[in-house]
Amino acid sequence: MFSEHILSWVIWLPIVGGILVLLVAGKDRQAPLARIMSLVISLLTFVASIPLYTRFDNSIATMQYEQNLAWIDAFNIRYHIGIDGISLLLVILTTFTTIIVVIASWQVIKKKVAQFMAAFLIMEGLMIGAFSSLDAILFYAFWEALLIPMFLIIGIWGGPKRVYAAIKFFLYTFIGSVLMLVAFLYLYYQAGQTFELSAFYNLKLDLSTQTLIFFAFFAAFAVKVPMWPVHTWLPDAHVEAPTGGSVILAAIMLKLGAYGFLRFSLPITPLASQEWAWLMIALSLVAVVYIALVALVQQDMKKLIAYSSIAHMGFVTLGIFIFNVQGIEGGIIQMVSHGFISGALFLCVGVLYERMHSRQIKDYGGVANTMPVFAAFMMLFAMANAGLPGTSGFVGEFLVIVGAFKVNIWYAVLLATILVFGAAYTLWMYKRTIFGEVANDKVAALKDINPREALFLGILALAVLILGLWPYPFLDVMHVSVENLLQHVAAAKAP
Amino acid sequence: MNTMNLSLALPEIFVAFMACLILVVDLFLSTRQRIFIYFLAQVTLIGAAVLTVQGMTSNSVTVFSGMFIHDAMSDILKLAIYLIVFIVFAYSRDYIRERNMFRGEFFVLALFAMTGMMVMISAAHLLSLYMGLELLSLCLYAMVALQRDSGKATEAAMKYFVLGAIASGLLLYGMSMLYGVTGDLSIVAVKQKIATMSPDDIILIFGLVFIVAALAFKLGVVPFHMWVPDVYHGAPTAVALFVSTAPKVAGFAIFMRLLVGGLIDMSPSWQDMLIVLAILSMGIGNLVAIAQTNIKRMLAYSGIAHMGFFLLGILSVSKTGYTASMFYILVYAFMTLGAFGMVILMSRHGFEAENIEDFKGLNQRNSWYALLMLLLMISMAGVPPTLGFYAKLMVIQSVIDTGMVWLAVVSVLFAVIGAFYYLRIIKLMYFDDAKDHSPIHASMDMRILISFNALILIAGVLYKPFIDSFVGICKVAIAGLS
Repeated sequence: MFSEHILSWVIWLPIVGGILVLLVAGKDRQAPLARIMSLVISLLTFVASIPLYTRFDNSIATMQYEQNLAWIDAFNIRYHIGIDGISLLLVILTTFTTIIVVIASWQVIKKKVAQFMAAFLIMEGLMIGAFSSLDAILFYAFWEALLIPMFLIIGIWGGPKRVYAAIKFFLYTFIGSVLMLVAFLYLYYQAGQTFELSAFYNLKLDLSTQTLIFFAFFAAFAVKVPMWPVHTWLPDAHVEAPTGGSVILAAIMLKLGAYGFLRFSLPITPLASQEWAWLMIALSLVAVVYIALVALVQQDMKKLIAYSSIAHMGFVTLGIFIFNVQGIEGGIIQMVSHGFISGALFLCVGVLYERMHSRQIKDYGGVANTMPVFAAFMMLFAMANAGLPGTSGFVGEFLVIVGAFKVNIWYAVLLATILVFGAAYTLWMYKRTIFGEVANDKVAALKDINPREALFLGILALAVLILGLWPYPFLDVMHVSVENLLQHVAAAKAP
Repeated sequence: MNTMNLSLALPEIFVAFMACLILVVDLFLSTRQRIFIYFLAQVTLIGAAVLTVQGMTSNSVTVFSGMFIHDAMSDILKLAIYLIVFIVFAYSRDYIRERNMFRGEFFVLALFAMTGMMVMISAAHLLSLYMGLELLSLCLYAMVALQRDSGKATEAAMKYFVLGAIASGLLLYGMSMLYGVTGDLSIVAVKQKIATMSPDDIILIFGLVFIVAALAFKLGVVPFHMWVPDVYHGAPTAVALFVSTAPKVAGFAIFMRLLVGGLIDMSPSWQDMLIVLAILSMGIGNLVAIAQTNIKRMLAYSGIAHMGFFLLGILSVSKTGYTASMFYILVYAFMTLGAFGMVILMSRHGFEAENIEDFKGLNQRNSWYALLMLLLMISMAGVPPTLGFYAKLMVIQSVIDTGMVWLAVVSVLFAVIGAFYYLRIIKLMYFDDAKDHSPIHASMDMRILISFNALILIAGVLYKPFIDSFVGICKVAIAGLS
């Protein structure tokens, strides 16, 4: 029962668990129970997701742990799920990050705890569902349903401008996705009344049709990644969201966009993807260079990390659209690594914010004097964000740059600037907040991190180092799938 | 089959008889005993449902000299209407009692209106169609004015009556042109005559324009929508609940009987007209809804926008499209029932939950009702996995099937605009603090019914047999059309 449907378990356990938390521990006085239940559910989900990795056969490119059931006969929509090397890591990243978020929100969230935890758990299941859907409408359903809990998380537990940020987040993403829906419906008729992705892959559409579909997909995925110039929702959403929301947003939701490019744009519209690769590369380079400069001048730490996320996701999209193994693998590794690092940095800001109730860089200074352990952790994450060798940040960036070199040396040169800018904005922020004289009385009164905080920062530090020092197990699982994808794209070009 | 086979019209006869009976019984009841009327009305609906189910046939039969048709679609739509009216009565009971409107008239008028709808659904002849429509409309005018000491309601009823009379006039005028050209009033005969004529015949086109305008008016489609917000706003919420749901389902039936059944050979002409109407409705409905501060007006404009989406299926001129429209209108009816049900729930003695501000902080007051309203709103906005999403998916799918991808793109963009005002309700409920902390009271049956009403929107999708049979029923109904 379990071994055949592991993937379904991993999707539905958190969703059902989240509903259970709402029902059982919905009252305000039952908050401790809600916390414990959520932790147990997220741990169980993580444990359930481990066999996905250990039993994964990395020598074949086909979908694994597949389950294909009829869902809505009238539209021929199927509950068809399965994962390959591309989605495997993202699924595990999701189950892993949710545990971190539950621990990190343990004391921070005080009102409506059950609703908060339930929203995260439900979101976890929905995200995994989106990563493993092999039916276009099933994917769309998960993808869209995700917006509701995130909307509520930003809006209920967010900062002062939360309403604006939440509605902007929702509408931006919604407008992108509905165009994707139209593309799916068009493909449905082209593929002979089915929403199966594999049927979409086998379609031989002409370039002009592919271009339209490509841009419909682009509208959905570019907003989610987000790519310049449709990134403006992200800084708002990040700044206003509670720490946990920021972590999930940066660590996983953004990856859904990049994943969409890999799962939909590239294989369904291979010709158009190659035709318009220049545009994608140009937008990615703008993101990498321009957004990095924008990050440099930010006064708000969360905003700075948000912009840094956009720049790092520029790496990912560039890696995808240079069509070689290093580029795509580098992109995927970068996604996972960015999940760890940006999550960790948002948590660091959260730790500071809880104590000082400010995210402005100018309010800090000399934190290292009062919080040495915290300063050490944050140092590691800042370095990783700047792409220091030995941390996870380096592996992905290095691979993408190598891949870019093969295509065009100027791509690589421009990309390498992020290593400079990345170091500049991250370390400058670090210097201004952590080093120097103790800035004011509030900083002088700071207490160092407690064991709970040390726990989640420690786990993330470990993850960053493992991925940085020994990336082989991560690269190994995706290799065959990535090559298969590239072959599929290359085959479309051949006459 | 031009026999006087009364058995086929048994449900109509039963409902009309029971309505008369209730009218008489009501005379002999004191205020305290009047709850009996409520049960009698509900029993009438159940009885009608039993009669309809017993009389179900798969083939279509025409009786009363070609006036009345009995087919799968008529059975299914009638059953849907019984269910809708049943829920309307249940939601309204406490509301009208608290407002001193708990009289026999409310139920009698509603049941007569329902008889009108049933006649419309089964109309095979222009006269019976018109008769059904007028019976419905006259009852609705009276129901809107039921709160006779309310100036707002009287004004709404007056507007509704004047505009409705004009629309009825348009319909009659259109029908008379059809009669002039074809020399017949039976829908089948009209169809046969038109098949032998040029579809560009100027009088036919004129007649068609009048008929489409009248239908658009009755359904509340832009630019014939002016009455909708005023009526929903002015009428007591219980009446708005009734006006906004069941008649729309009957409206679908007359679209099918007239345009698809009678004027199918003129489909290129009415398709163009409906495209314009649909785009205008989706656009104006969604945009103007954003500006509303009154929840009933907002729901009115949202309903106008929904009618635009509903038309997408019919204008596809295909069986898939008609099925999609039927599915859409039924889902719409249930979503609107739930939404107005919530408005009724939030109201209490001496207080009308009129403004969207009244939903502020509902999550703090009662998180269960907030969740139900959340489900209703996301379903109306068309976010998956809700029935509202699959309804939109179906109509858009049928439009793409016809090759009008541009129309699909336009409609989804308006759906995004529409999402904004539904989100605003969610925002008020969840993000804002409550101003009013008074507890929300509701009777047990109301609580169960409205929970079921909202949960079915999501559970119905996840539970495979439900959605399969729901779509299946719509398919059967459309397949049964001749």
